[in-house]
Amino acid sequence: MFDYAPAPESRSVVTIRDSYGLFIDGEFVDPTDGGARKTVNPATEEVLAEVAEAGPGDVDRAVAAARAAYQRVWGPMPGRDRAKYLFRIARALAERSRELAVLESLDNGKPIRESRDVDLPLASAHFFYYAGWADKLPYAGFGPDPRPLGVAGQVIPWNFPLLMLAWKIAPALAAGNTVVLKPAETTPLTALLFAEICQQADLPPGVVNIVTGAGATGQAVVGHPDVDKVAFTGSTDVGRQIARAVAGSRKKLTLELGGKAANIVFDDAPIDQAVEGIVNGIFFNQGHVCCAGSRLLVQESIAEPLLESLKRRMARLRVGDPLDKNTDVGAINSAAQLDRIRTLAAAGTDEGAQAWSPPCDLPEQGFWFAPTLFTGVSQAHRIAREEIFGPVLSVLTFRTPDEAIAKANNTPYGLSAGIWSEKGSRILWAADRLRAGVVWANTFNKFDPTSPFGGYQESGYGREGGRHGLEAYLDV
Amino acid sequence: MTAVSTPAPARHDLAEVGRNAATLRSFLHGLPGVDEVGARQRAATLGTRSIKTTAKAWAIDLAVRMVDLTTLEGADTPGKVRALCAKARRPDPTDPGCPPVAAVCVYPSMVPTAAEALTGSGVHLASVATAFPSGQAPLEVKLADTRAAVAAGADEIDMVINRGAFLAGRYEQVYAEIVAVKQACGDAHLKVILETGELATYDNVRRASWLAMLAGGDFIKTSTGKVPVAATLPVTLIMLEAVRDFHAATGRRIGVKPAGGIRTTKDAIKYLVLVNETAGDEWLTPDLFRFGASTLLNDLLMQRSKLHTGVYSGPDYVTLD
Repeated sequence: MFDYAPAPESRSVVTIRDSYGLFIDGEFVDPTDGGARKTVNPATEEVLAEVAEAGPGDVDRAVAAARAAYQRVWGPMPGRDRAKYLFRIARALAERSRELAVLESLDNGKPIRESRDVDLPLASAHFFYYAGWADKLPYAGFGPDPRPLGVAGQVIPWNFPLLMLAWKIAPALAAGNTVVLKPAETTPLTALLFAEICQQADLPPGVVNIVTGAGATGQAVVGHPDVDKVAFTGSTDVGRQIARAVAGSRKKLTLELGGKAANIVFDDAPIDQAVEGIVNGIFFNQGHVCCAGSRLLVQESIAEPLLESLKRRMARLRVGDPLDKNTDVGAINSAAQLDRIRTLAAAGTDEGAQAWSPPCDLPEQGFWFAPTLFTGVSQAHRIAREEIFGPVLSVLTFRTPDEAIAKANNTPYGLSAGIWSEKGSRILWAADRLRAGVVWANTFNKFDPTSPFGGYQESGYGREGGRHGLEAYLDV
Repeated sequence: MTAVSTPAPARHDLAEVGRNAATLRSFLHGLPGVDEVGARQRAATLGTRSIKTTAKAWAIDLAVRMVDLTTLEGADTPGKVRALCAKARRPDPTDPGCPPVAAVCVYPSMVPTAAEALTGSGVHLASVATAFPSGQAPLEVKLADTRAAVAAGADEIDMVINRGAFLAGRYEQVYAEIVAVKQACGDAHLKVILETGELATYDNVRRASWLAMLAGGDFIKTSTGKVPVAATLPVTLIMLEAVRDFHAATGRRIGVKPAGGIRTTKDAIKYLVLVNETAGDEWLTPDLFRFGASTLLNDLLMQRSKLHTGVYSGPDYVTLD
């Protein structure tokens, strides 16, 4: 037996303070009317730090600081000078990537292999990419002199805390806006370390403000009358509330919400790579991915051998300590999320689908859910319709390409989809018909700052990334 | 277990695959394709596994036992081969606990010398044959080459496939040659060198792997070491998938031997991780996985002594042969 000895990444590369204030106008300040909440390591339930909870008065201060910075410094600053700051931040993210990766894994529960090889390189790349746009906005296709919007209120989720921050802040700043960002209540720490990086980069005070807190803080940010632009990534339910809150106001809104992506495997697929893609599609980041390939649609003629391969591959997944460099699947981010996953998985079994998980020893402390596959799933089952946001895959079959497309599109969502086939014409045919913002062919969960990302229908509107991502932050 | 990731026919049908050119062709072209980007990505991801402390010590000893210590030069002499055999028996003279390597691999003319030097050691004696490395000779010559090596004492034969015939689509010719060489081997184990650097595509690597296994090869081996592109992780991944699927279809386990270009302990451990997570730990034995290498052994010995003593001793403390 080849037993990999524990290979933990060192925790000592990052210093976590006992408590954190709010980052307003370039400084960490105590909340004036809010309280504090603890953030825990979901793999151990150990308390990592106490983080301030911003109340309406704090949000007010943050928006005022952002407004002042927008009017006096950041708005009038030439793009080439804004670019210098963004390049500096991008470099700092890359230089301090080990520190940030360890902190992300501690606070979020994701494996260090992913925070190190995916989250951090992409976050840095995002800043590099948009830094390049800052002085080239007249050439982005939005007119000769596109103007920024003003103050952006941004609310981000807990699944990719730092990466989502980068997706939000980089284009906003490149376009000349200032921001008030609220990280998720369970994963605020990398955003607060990012605030230190803003200080290190000498970013003018008020350009980036970070207010920590839960739903009420988010509502205060979104509903603040002096916010010009609202950007949100998270659940469809909250997205609806936000859309209602900003309706009838001058605020511009982009939403990146849930998904229930179909990963379609045709009988002429490259099987071994398709199995990898299925695994990467649903077990990457414990399935806490809005574009996760949570519905596997496999052609009936190859379903049996494909599922055998998939189960054999799932048995190789290493579930456990997120800081171990050999871990493939880490901890579920919170007790609340674990409850939701358990509820939906139980509904799957109740409705008659068959659950299968590889044998794996889950740690006793912390929030864990074994990678799970459901067979015998029909379109009517809850696990085929609702977003589970966990390591749970629903397997459905189809007989003809038309049926595959019909089933794939039979969802109120429309964020992403995957196609597996060695036949180029079939890939193009299917991609044309899938109602999804992103369609991957013979790969899954691939991201790049140059490529726009966003959804159809109840998966939200607006695009992030690429030239398209600038539009959300320009007055066009 | 049933056939997994290939549409391989049931056990009793596989014998029929080699019956004629048409059945062979339709079988090989019916294998699922390989997506090159995906295969490279999988190999690269497995390459990030971090193997430390006890796992590293275990892997290094296993890697030493898997080395086919090789010399295939025009300048080989009996003296050189005897020195290599001494090294194979006792790779680290300062440490009696260091295991011997799996085999010594030489040209047929050097087999008698090596056989004498390895007597009683338990180290296997492999010889390349069949007009190595090009394979461009008449079949009769290849068979005579093989018989001579076996007669002189080789218990493993590393043959090369006829890449010219393979690339021309004459699979039945390649198949027939392997069958004939296997027969000429008698009891000796047959390793079939695919020369993957010349096959160029991963689809070809998968087809050639199946062709060699169907024709009776005991091992499939990547390369001769005589062309610019030798063993790579993705190619070895494809071959490991093939032996895994062949076992699922037939119940027979075929070995895999990456050869050429594997020089460091770090590389060797990446290959062992690949074996472990692709074919499974049944393949983590010198009977089913080998490294064709010459310089790798010294790096393994240096890392081994580093783990035992805590310090790097330097290249002067391992023998140059």
